[in-house]
Amino acid sequence: MNVLSLVIFLPLAVALGLYAVPGLGARAVTWTWIAACAVDFALVIAMWIGHGTGDGISYETKVRWIPSVSAGYHIGVDGLSLPLLALTSLLFLACAIYSLRQERQVRAFAALFLFLQTVSLGLFAALDLLLFFVFFDLSIVGMYFVIAGWGHGDRMRSALKFFLYTFLGSLALLLGFIGLYLGAEPHTFDMVELTRTPPLAGSTGLAGLVLLAIGIGLAIKTPTVPFHTWLPPAHTDAPAAGSAILAGILLKMGTYGFVRIAMPMLPDAWRRYAWVIIIVGLIGVLYGALVAYAQEDLKRLIAYTSVNHMGYIIVALGAAGALGDQAARRLAVDGAATQMVSHGLITGALFLLAGVLYDRAGTYDMGRFGGLAGRAPVFSALVAVGAFASLGLPGFSGFIAEFQIFAGVIGSGGTGLVVVGALAIPGILITAALFLRLLHRAVLGPPGELTARVTDAHRSELGAVVPLLAPAVVIGVAPRFLLDVIEPASAAVISLVAR
Amino acid sequence: MSILGWLLPAVPIVTGVLLLTGRFVFGRSLDRPAPAIAIGAALVALCLAIAAAMVRPTVQFPLFGRLPAGLAVDGLSAALVLTVTAVSLAVLLFSAGELSPDESRARFFGLMLVFTGAMLVTVTATDLAVLLMGWEVMGAMSYALIGFWWREPRRVSSADISFVTTRAGDLGLYFAAGAALVGTGALSLSDLAAADGPWRDLIAAGVVLAALGKSAQLPFSFWLSRAMDGPSPVSALLHSATMVAAGAYLLLRLEPLLAATGWAATLVAWLGALTALLLGAVALAQRDLKQLLAASTCAQIGFMVLGAGAGAVAGGAAHLVAHAAVKSLLFLGAGAWLSALGTKDLMELHGAARRHRLLGVTFGIGLLALAGAPPLSLWATKDTVLSAAFEHSLPLYAVGLAAALLSAGYAGRALFAVARPIDAMTRTDTEQVGTRHISLLEKLPLPALALGSAALGVFALPLVDEAWRNLLGTGREPGPGPAELALSGALVLLVLALTWVFVRHGGRIRTAWAAPAQHWLHLERLAELLIARPVFTLATALARFDDRVIDGGVRATAATGRLASALAGRRVEVRVDGLVRAIGRGTRRLADLARRPQTGQAHTYYAQAAVLFAVLILIVLLVR
Repeated sequence: MNVLSLVIFLPLAVALGLYAVPGLGARAVTWTWIAACAVDFALVIAMWIGHGTGDGISYETKVRWIPSVSAGYHIGVDGLSLPLLALTSLLFLACAIYSLRQERQVRAFAALFLFLQTVSLGLFAALDLLLFFVFFDLSIVGMYFVIAGWGHGDRMRSALKFFLYTFLGSLALLLGFIGLYLGAEPHTFDMVELTRTPPLAGSTGLAGLVLLAIGIGLAIKTPTVPFHTWLPPAHTDAPAAGSAILAGILLKMGTYGFVRIAMPMLPDAWRRYAWVIIIVGLIGVLYGALVAYAQEDLKRLIAYTSVNHMGYIIVALGAAGALGDQAARRLAVDGAATQMVSHGLITGALFLLAGVLYDRAGTYDMGRFGGLAGRAPVFSALVAVGAFASLGLPGFSGFIAEFQIFAGVIGSGGTGLVVVGALAIPGILITAALFLRLLHRAVLGPPGELTARVTDAHRSELGAVVPLLAPAVVIGVAPRFLLDVIEPASAAVISLVAR
Repeated sequence: MSILGWLLPAVPIVTGVLLLTGRFVFGRSLDRPAPAIAIGAALVALCLAIAAAMVRPTVQFPLFGRLPAGLAVDGLSAALVLTVTAVSLAVLLFSAGELSPDESRARFFGLMLVFTGAMLVTVTATDLAVLLMGWEVMGAMSYALIGFWWREPRRVSSADISFVTTRAGDLGLYFAAGAALVGTGALSLSDLAAADGPWRDLIAAGVVLAALGKSAQLPFSFWLSRAMDGPSPVSALLHSATMVAAGAYLLLRLEPLLAATGWAATLVAWLGALTALLLGAVALAQRDLKQLLAASTCAQIGFMVLGAGAGAVAGGAAHLVAHAAVKSLLFLGAGAWLSALGTKDLMELHGAARRHRLLGVTFGIGLLALAGAPPLSLWATKDTVLSAAFEHSLPLYAVGLAAALLSAGYAGRALFAVARPIDAMTRTDTEQVGTRHISLLEKLPLPALALGSAALGVFALPLVDEAWRNLLGTGREPGPGPAELALSGALVLLVLALTWVFVRHGGRIRTAWAAPAQHWLHLERLAELLIARPVFTLATALARFDDRVIDGGVRATAATGRLASALAGRRVEVRVDGLVRAIGRGTRRLADLARRPQTGQAHTYYAQAAVLFAVLILIVLLVR
């Protein structure tokens, strides 16, 4: 058993352990949970160091699993998955710390999150489509129980909507995977094999249909317009930690799937339909930002900015399939991969902060707050930092991601892409306006109706949010440590999609 | 000596960030030493700037892929870093005197330091990515500083407007970076002019948009009016050496790019000249001293932008440096009076210069310099720009000259307002309760800035101007001849005299005529009506569309599914189930029938067997 398997299954083992020791108190459960996450995070960092800045897959393991359909337990990491593994283990650690104040059914909550962590880590490490699919589906199941069990408001309905909608997506995805399996000669679910010799190379029509199935499956998970409407209610009614994981990790499963599966395995189809993808992404950028601008509910606002931020990734990945300068397209993919990490950190932090507000006042309605900076200066400072990070201010990771995406998309040089870039850039102006509106209404100005109820951030909340915003600053100021890992992998993606 | 290139922006930024975060660790107790720490950092930054101006450090580092990025101090940057650090030190000294200890001074000084550091990054960056980083952080800091008194919604709105307006311009730089990547294969500022074909035009368009937004040139000027809602020292820094100066700097830096495209140079020159003229008129119509100064900033930056368009890089840079001294001096003076006398209304400031002699004298020097009176600084620097404009086109020169005379008019108006004796109509404390006291720290930077305001024009005068051009590395530029200098000086003095006569006779400009000028050409209203409101309305409409149509579609699909299942359950299922049950009933009945013969009595079985046997025989017989 290599270290990657340990990283993946350690959380699950701890989750089982929590039930094996019956007398454990709530406090002890949470601290065990935190310790497990910390160890897991440390192991991922060690793997990061061990991986270095080369291209190719490291920590590879391949074990027979269902040989009748050539599906194996095949895992490994490269420059695209490693940052996401690090993000996953860090965000789950932050959620564990945040949950120190959790009182309801702590053991089940911790076990569920540990289970989700195993599932998420497994997905990002999976090198077999069936394995990927299993983790993809289990993540939906896990999140369903988080929302239904610990949510608030109309949680059963939101959870059901989330489950059915994304489950439908996963069925489309499975259909696509089966298409890939049947298209490969010999039939296999192995992602490395499928990447090496893209299936369905001869039949453009079938490849297009398979891309459609996979695209719809991943688009629902990402989500892109118009498949995004499960997201706002799921966020609004999920507990804070659940929202953070949903936005920070689960959405990345969609975008990661595009880079890992759709682009390298269906390069022809990806190039052929690049413009469909670019336009879907562009609509997501502008539509997400505009709809977010009009929201009154803090969590819905952040949810819609996620649609906007994911839109940038889709635009960049689409542009990678369009014709144009190779170095520029690589820059766009670098930006997309950076955006996945950046969005996870920043939006994760923002959702945890929204949870603080709900914890104190029981609502996310921005209009009923105001002047929080006086009542809760630390909390307000963190919200302001999160807001500026999310609107892409330089010095934070969002800028590193978005600048690369814009420069890469425009820099590809095609007239169409220049127009797309010019249309996408105003997205950051709208996000700026909406985050300033949020600050103006909730954080600054005279006190509002519910301001008196809000006490400042507790130590556990601080301990959860600061470790998320700090790496966002580090990436924003000195991004090389991250880009050094991403760049070889994105270069590989570009050459794979160009075949 | 690359470490110097790092240290120069790093010292103010790191100190600033430490002050900002330290507040949450040490609490309010950090507010006491904050000014001293900030002034120390600013002093170190000034020393580093002097060293950098001599050593000319260059730093290169990889940022994105293989694209080179870096910081470097060349001639123009050297002039800028000295200006930025010197003005920042002066302003921080003043702030230490003005800001009372019960304000959150750690936050204020922290933000000011990061603001300064971001400007230092901007003026030393050698590529678009790093430049944009400093550029946008500067915008965010100005947001936080304008909204420093965040409890008042109007000030927060002003901060919002400033940030969103300048960021609208910043979008141009993002676009220019992409275009530069295609056109030159890199992001280096020095290569932009050599970009091929249409990409050069696209880069220039993006750069011009960004510069106009940052420098509050037409049509973006209104944000600078709202920026006045910040504390006075913020205005002093924002209007002189940072923020608005960044736009002018960028255009001066990229003058070869503008010239290479042709149209961009002409556009920029005209926009600069028109801003100088129209915002000069706006300044003339203001009653509020700070608003007057703000409008005059737009107008004076207009001269620098005109210089960049007309190819007068050395003249424009000299105007920038001299204006930085003048405008920081004037804003500090206005701020000192606001806190001492509680007013910034020109009508209520009568006698102000006589009550506070040192402030009055230095402020007067600043205003005379702003007016362009010889031999003070802006007289010569502005004429250098104008003579370049003259080479370009005569109408451009005429607009520029008219703008120069307007600046004499508004500066004269402010000068006579504060210099004339106090009268019965003068009221103090119209805005806030004044302290009636100007502290030593507030006075300390004024003489130095006044000296700068008086003397920095030498860079534009014959003899010295060659050294200045050598420093900036620009070629021979048409300078003003003695006749031109004398003529403009005489005209300025004439306008000053006329203004004096006008003011003395209690002259008032007809309000109907002046209304657009008083309201900053209604630009803010126009931006709100034409852009901000329609966008928000669109956003609201889209949000409703999202709820009703897109999510409605999803809900309808789900409802259709439920309906189908209900249908299946009630209609189809009932019948299918009925059939199944009927079969079940039939089977049970058959079973009942089958049970009848099972009596358990031997004679019945015997009888049954006999009957069955008879039937069998019958069948056998019949079939055969």
